[in-house]
Amino acid sequence: MKGGGLRAYAIAYLIFLYAPILLLPIFAFNSGTIIAFPLKGFTTEWFGQMVANATLRRAFTNSLIIAVSSSIMATCLGIFAARASTRFNFPGKPGIMGLIMLPLVLPEIIVAMSLLVVLLAIGVQLSIFTVILGHTLICLPYAIAILSTAFNSLDKSLEEAAYDLGETKWSAFRLVILPLVMPGIVSALLMSFTISLDEFIIAFFLAGNEPTLPTYIFSQLRFPKAIPVIMSLGTVLVVMSIVLLTIAEYFRRRGVARTGQKDHGGFL
Amino acid sequence: MSAPRFDAEARQGLAMVSPPLIYAILLLAAPLLTILAYSFFKDGYLEVIREFTLENYRAVWTDPVFHKIMLRSLGVAVAVTLATVLLAFPVAYFLSFVVKPERKALWIFLITIPFWTSYLIRVFLWKVILGHNGVINSSLTGLGLIDEPLGFLLFNVQAMVITLAHAYAPFAILPIYVALEKIDRSLLEAGRDLGESRLMTFWRVTLPLAMPGVIAATLIVFIPTIGDYVTPELIGGGKIPMIANMVQANMLALDNKPMGSALAITAMLIVTVVSLIFLFFNRRFLRVQQ
Amino acid sequence: MNDSNTAARQPDVRPAPMQRNAKSANRYGELQAARPMIECREVHKYYGDYHALRGIDLDIREGEFFSLLGPSGCGKTTLLRTIAGFEDISSGVVLIDDKDMAAVPANKRPTNMVFQSYAIFPHLTVAENVAFGLRRDPRSKSEKAAAVDEALKMVGLTGYGNRAAHALSGGQRQRVALARALILKPKVLLLDEPLSALDRKMREQMQVELIKLQRQVGITFVLVTHDQEEALVMSDRIAVMFEGQIAQLDEPESLYARPVTRRVADFIGVMNFLPATILSEDGEVIRVDVEGLGEIELAHSQVARNEDPDAGPMIGFRPEAVSIFPAGQSQTAPRQNGGTIDEVVYYGDMTYYDVRLDEEDGTQSKPVRISMRNVYGRDVSCVGDRGVIGWAPSSLILFR
Repeated sequence: MKGGGLRAYAIAYLIFLYAPILLLPIFAFNSGTIIAFPLKGFTTEWFGQMVANATLRRAFTNSLIIAVSSSIMATCLGIFAARASTRFNFPGKPGIMGLIMLPLVLPEIIVAMSLLVVLLAIGVQLSIFTVILGHTLICLPYAIAILSTAFNSLDKSLEEAAYDLGETKWSAFRLVILPLVMPGIVSALLMSFTISLDEFIIAFFLAGNEPTLPTYIFSQLRFPKAIPVIMSLGTVLVVMSIVLLTIAEYFRRRGVARTGQKDHGGFL
Repeated sequence: MSAPRFDAEARQGLAMVSPPLIYAILLLAAPLLTILAYSFFKDGYLEVIREFTLENYRAVWTDPVFHKIMLRSLGVAVAVTLATVLLAFPVAYFLSFVVKPERKALWIFLITIPFWTSYLIRVFLWKVILGHNGVINSSLTGLGLIDEPLGFLLFNVQAMVITLAHAYAPFAILPIYVALEKIDRSLLEAGRDLGESRLMTFWRVTLPLAMPGVIAATLIVFIPTIGDYVTPELIGGGKIPMIANMVQANMLALDNKPMGSALAITAMLIVTVVSLIFLFFNRRFLRVQQ
Repeated sequence: MNDSNTAARQPDVRPAPMQRNAKSANRYGELQAARPMIECREVHKYYGDYHALRGIDLDIREGEFFSLLGPSGCGKTTLLRTIAGFEDISSGVVLIDDKDMAAVPANKRPTNMVFQSYAIFPHLTVAENVAFGLRRDPRSKSEKAAAVDEALKMVGLTGYGNRAAHALSGGQRQRVALARALILKPKVLLLDEPLSALDRKMREQMQVELIKLQRQVGITFVLVTHDQEEALVMSDRIAVMFEGQIAQLDEPESLYARPVTRRVADFIGVMNFLPATILSEDGEVIRVDVEGLGEIELAHSQVARNEDPDAGPMIGFRPEAVSIFPAGQSQTAPRQNGGTIDEVVYYGDMTYYDVRLDEEDGTQSKPVRISMRNVYGRDVSCVGDRGVIGWAPSSLILFR
């Protein structure tokens, strides 16, 4: 069979990618308090502790609020940027788009530190709101990347055709462009949501005393006793990510099928 | 006579791009300019003295600790980048050339899932694997292969490289895959037709055409790894800092914002220079392609 | 612009048809008397420094099938888009149905467009696509549905209403695009290279269907194409454009038989050119000496312009304006020359011969292309055969 060696390599690579993650459920359901082999026995106690933990619940609520808000903000801003960059020529376009996309190639610590310095200097109280601001900034380039692909795959004459058939520019956008890029919008929302939910650095420095899931996890990693609960939390997070990505993939494929394009597969 | 429509289009485009642009100016450009300004200011007790000085930069550049940490950061980032890109290339090649078109989406989906699962937890898991009572040590002791847990597994640069290489592995595959997908398959047939072996066709046709993807992958892995904060904290045990940890320490723990800013700006400059070198290669390859 | 203009310059090897479909003397009379539907006066269009339209003056008559023909980059699509309202003009006037269009945006103009890519909305069904422009129509739902059915019937897509648009073939998309535009009963239908994406058989079939459709609805059609054969087959009149200007505006027969410039002659069909020397010229005739043909007297009406003054005077003739028979066979043509066959290209119904004509000094001219219909019982000549070339001075054009 063609590429047999390559296939074996690719499968080994996938196993390497997934192996550490597979440890999560193993130890999340292991009754031993120490993360070590051999396993002791099956328990759901850690999940119970997780649900009962008030700080964790607060962190979870905070993370949800942050992720929902910043994904909506990033996607809305992303629609403007993606539409502008795919449809219009304007002076300074490469520089402007470069600035907006910059967080993609900027180490997060720089974004976090510079934002922190400014926020402290102008006396803004650190809260989940400041995290939302930071997360919107770093989610925006990802949203734009996804939305630009969606806008780009549209034939420009579709819009002109709607306009030619008597619609106004706005109703042409609403009736033709919006439904066709809707799968891209949903993907961008889900992607931003996932990024925000997982983001640690900015949340760590900009949240003040408010916990988010990643900063809560980070704070607990020092305590060996807390690790099994973190393992169960990690399990929940991984499952959530997979569910969200599956939904995102579903919408992406539906978008592809709807407009009758060839499926090239994958995000980005 | 100039074209009025161009102006109208430019106006519309600028109006359209202004909300995200204003956002990026306020929350990105302004803060970056602020730390740039700070890096030229003097540090006073609990405040920043607005007086121009190059002292911070002189201090940074002559500081042997900075040299050591910067070199370590570069070393780790280069090692991680090399490992991820080299390991990713065959997978990307497999995806593009071997996997049937209808199965590609599934493979990419499988590869991207770890990419989107909590980075913090992925890093932490390596601590679990490599730690004193970790998976490896406990398994080996359990099997009776060793008596004492191996101490050299964690808290060193190698462990950091392994962790980061794993964390960024999927990042490298996608850009290479995209570049390989763009290659016109008839070019490869032409290479074979003109008398080259499979290997030489790969060397002379496929690889040069895939280079833009390889360079993109290199940058995508290199930039976040060099600025990584979490891995030195968790896997390095806080004792093997990289540049991000040093910036953070100066900014917050030592509360020397001008020094922290100068460090951050210096680090950014170095990253930019390295990236520009890569981009320069990329441009050369792109020109060859056109 | 999509295709390279080599496709247009080397058209299909068969000569363009002389006889047009659905031609009737009656129609010509009516069209000539018709009032103008579109009037362009001194229309200029700049893109930055690029001068895309350089003073277009044009009347398109009501009910006419009009074509804008030219190589890529000649401005034909720009002109169409300025009529549609997608491009503003830099200066000049465009009138549609006697109304100045300067302040009228595309969505308010009495024109509808069939796009090169068809621009069928992929998220809608066929019927929803066709009904798209009826959203603001005050008619009842059932009346609109009936109108959609009628439009689909008109383009031969009865029963396709519930199909998903993206599942259609190229030809079907084209029909949906036509139905979608025609259901609004525009005064002008604009077609931007509508057949270029179709394969050859489908294209020829659609050409005939478009002609029939235009006769049926009576709407003014303006077609943009780079395919000279397509323009000749379909149009009542054709404007040939080069570099933002109209080089010639004429009926297909005149365009083919009496091109006004060498470039037009070269663009439409195949034309042979032989260098000529002007011997003398008076009020009635021009006497020229042509390489391979000898001395000829031409009327002033046979003169066209040669854009390239350095090239010197040229005599041009179409491949079918000359005939070739084996040496020794009797011919009736008024003028006859000897020649040697250099190349034979066989096309089933036709054969093309590239022939070198004998000069008086014993040398031979460069090869000229002669087309002969293959008739039952007549052998196709071979390379190297001698032949007699028959022609008449009246079928020649002098480019100078």
